[in-house]
Amino acid sequence: MAKRIELNVNGTKHTIEAEPEMPLLYALRDDLGMKDPRFGCGLAQCGACTVLVNGEPTRSCVTPVDALAGKTITTLSGIGNADKPHKVQAAFIEEQVPQCGYCLNGWVMTSVALLEKNPRPSDAQIREALSGLKCRCGTHASILRAVKRAAQA
Amino acid sequence: MTIHLNRREALVGMGALVVSVMLPGVKANAAIATQASRLALKPEQLATYISINQDGSAVGWVGKVDMGQGTDIGWLKMIAEELDLSPERVSMVQGHTDLTVDQGGASGSTGIWRAGAALRNAAAEARRVLVEMASEKLSVPVDRLTVTDGVVSDKTDAAKKVSYGELIGGRHFDVTLEWNKHFGNELLVTGKAKPKSPSEYKTVGKPGTRRRDIAPKVLGTLDYMVDVKVPGMLHGRVIRPPVAGAVPVAVDESSVKDIPGVQVVRQKGFIGLVAPKEWDAIRAAQKLKVTWSDVKPPFPDQKDLFDHIRNAKPVHRDDEQNVGDVDKAFASAARIVEATYEWPFNSHACMAPACGVADMRDGEATIWTGGQKPHHCREGIAKMFVLPEEKIKVVAMTGPGSYGRNDAGDATMDAAVLSKAVGKPVRVQGMRHEGHGWDPKAPATIHKARAAIDKDGKVTAWHYETKGFSRREFFRDEGSPERTLAGQLMDWPLKPVWLIGPPSESYDFESRRLASEAIAPLLDRASPLRTSHFRDPLGPQVHFGVESFMDELALATNTDPVEFRLRYLKHPRDLAVVKAVAEKAAWKPHVGPSKQANGDVLTGRGIAYSVRGQTRVAVIAEVEVNRTTGKTWARRFFVAHDCGQVIAPDLLRQTLEGQIVQTASRALHEEVMFDNKGVTSVDWTTYPILDIKDAPEAIEIVLIDRPELPPVGAGEATCRPTAAAIANAIFDATGIRLRRAPFTPERLKAGMA
Repeated sequence: MAKRIELNVNGTKHTIEAEPEMPLLYALRDDLGMKDPRFGCGLAQCGACTVLVNGEPTRSCVTPVDALAGKTITTLSGIGNADKPHKVQAAFIEEQVPQCGYCLNGWVMTSVALLEKNPRPSDAQIREALSGLKCRCGTHASILRAVKRAAQA
Repeated sequence: MTIHLNRREALVGMGALVVSVMLPGVKANAAIATQASRLALKPEQLATYISINQDGSAVGWVGKVDMGQGTDIGWLKMIAEELDLSPERVSMVQGHTDLTVDQGGASGSTGIWRAGAALRNAAAEARRVLVEMASEKLSVPVDRLTVTDGVVSDKTDAAKKVSYGELIGGRHFDVTLEWNKHFGNELLVTGKAKPKSPSEYKTVGKPGTRRRDIAPKVLGTLDYMVDVKVPGMLHGRVIRPPVAGAVPVAVDESSVKDIPGVQVVRQKGFIGLVAPKEWDAIRAAQKLKVTWSDVKPPFPDQKDLFDHIRNAKPVHRDDEQNVGDVDKAFASAARIVEATYEWPFNSHACMAPACGVADMRDGEATIWTGGQKPHHCREGIAKMFVLPEEKIKVVAMTGPGSYGRNDAGDATMDAAVLSKAVGKPVRVQGMRHEGHGWDPKAPATIHKARAAIDKDGKVTAWHYETKGFSRREFFRDEGSPERTLAGQLMDWPLKPVWLIGPPSESYDFESRRLASEAIAPLLDRASPLRTSHFRDPLGPQVHFGVESFMDELALATNTDPVEFRLRYLKHPRDLAVVKAVAEKAAWKPHVGPSKQANGDVLTGRGIAYSVRGQTRVAVIAEVEVNRTTGKTWARRFFVAHDCGQVIAPDLLRQTLEGQIVQTASRALHEEVMFDNKGVTSVDWTTYPILDIKDAPEAIEIVLIDRPELPPVGAGEATCRPTAAAIANAIFDATGIRLRRAPFTPERLKAGMA
């Protein structure tokens, strides 16, 4: 049965009525009307829905909305904006990374978390951290350039 | 994004104002530049392609759609060049059926080649007209005027000047162009003005014009197809059969009665449902009890796929290309070399299952699509619902990637069927298994190559036959209901288009025979293995065979693979790309596999080349093969690319990088798996694509710019030789000739055993 659930998203608290097992992704998109995390697979296999939960990259498509009490959720539009982009966003823009860009939540949010923990990752560490994310357009070379650029920023 | 459904509102902010104007020096009659005038788009009107805002900035209008490669930047650079405006002051409106004429959508790498030519001519004519208007206004003869960033001034008196904005800003041109009477890709318009000479270019051919969609994508603010929200919109899901070919015979609606607001829609073989909340629609689609017809599972065992193709009776044979006396050459050959190559089905496997939104109320239709061809979408909706095209508006949105005819055209038709049935706007997006499982597939094919070699080691005959599923069951995409799953399930008669196509190269062998034939689909209707065009339709498959075989011939004639190609290639531009890539890679001539080993790792390089249309590409791949695991890493690539005139070299490089990586993924990893009931590779685990851990370390590109030639397309040509370059590199590393894609560790280990 639907219940009241409180969510803290990009620094703002929201209360929604939802089935507790509903994935966070649908709360963000459908209940809160957000558009940055996107449905890609619903299986935690691609990363298009990635958000940060307490700073950890998390696949919102498989995270029950009921599991987020007291946690902070940050989305792609919550880490920076046109006036003050996050350094990872600035690097992705500088390197003109995306083709369709549908996958970007995964690459950007995972890179943000990587650089928090390891500000100067090696090429191999970058590849390892980003492994499993999907990009069908094949922009991998641009992604690697951008993450290296962000690490040097 | 919330949409308000005023058909004209979309124009606000696009610079079209309601003003009447007399255009001195052009025509005496008034061009009434109402917003509505864009609704009656005329292909011969300059205003259809170019308009000038009050601030003097320009808008280009094009009936094609950029798929994320920056084609729009190419167009606006071409327009800016001809108008003598800075590219920052030009923007593009793409694909909307109310705002642009049918230029075929994203199709066949013709964006810059075809639509660019039309826009270039239109912009040149616009400049001519504007300078004439300025001449009249300033009382200065045309030949004494010059244009700098949209300001026309007297060369002898700079104080005498007038801007484009002052001349026509916010009003429409009333200028007729010569139109070639074609719509679609072939549409061309020509004005009295001649476009500039390349020697005068300021922006065309130069890097640095930034894409407009990048920052909104990276900042998470862009409206994608999936973000379209129409007031009152319901969420729809379509239920596909568990056995391909089955149709619903009974639906137990009580099975979903505890989910709020669910409404089931059933029309012939089509079954779907809607609910106010997306999660509820998803749950309902999973819970709905459907009894399906008992059909015989339609597909062969996957292991028998290539035997099926070999043995199937062809339904179509393309026109054969014959040069010289092939049969005589084979009869008198000292040696005959033969090989067969095989390529499985590939999935478009876009980043998300397609999404479409349709509002079919009030005898009108508004469709939002992430597909490539909005005008074809309109045709399909018009036929399905018997609506005049002027009552239908199709809005092009950014989808989850598109590389041909993917599932987008199915999603829009599904949404339209549901919306029409429930009388409300409906948004449809499938689940992952529906995207992978039911998107149209790149066809599986086999390629038989044969060559005659004379006693001196010269190749005297070249015979190549491709046989497989049609590369386009979907001519004009979703432009007719039977080209959508919904239409097929609703019993629209099928009209398949058979097409395979020959290879494209300029090997100047004494005789040649190129042939290709199509076989019937495994299931004729609503098939998860129906085939469509997928980025460079059949190019990678056909040229995997051709260019692998050229390496086999090089070996058979004791020739270095680069030398072999240079010996037989005829066209100077083909020779140029092969030479350029060999030079870039510092190619070391050799005969036979080099098998360079460092511990467990074998290293090799391979070359391949091909032509697509008039674009020619040569690729050298460098691979590492682990002899214990059998795993291949395509570590480096070198590319030489000639697409005629280069418009935006920086964007072109990234476009080529994307093609290299995407095709490396297909060559090394991708194979649609199926059982006799349907597709079983239905997610990223069962249909793996190239991981970033395996991304190339470097892709080094040589762009051969030919400013004097037209730009002829760059969105697909690099897909074509890449798989063969990898296969040839694997042979060089290991001595193993892989003749079936993908080049998996299992196949390599089997070869090394």
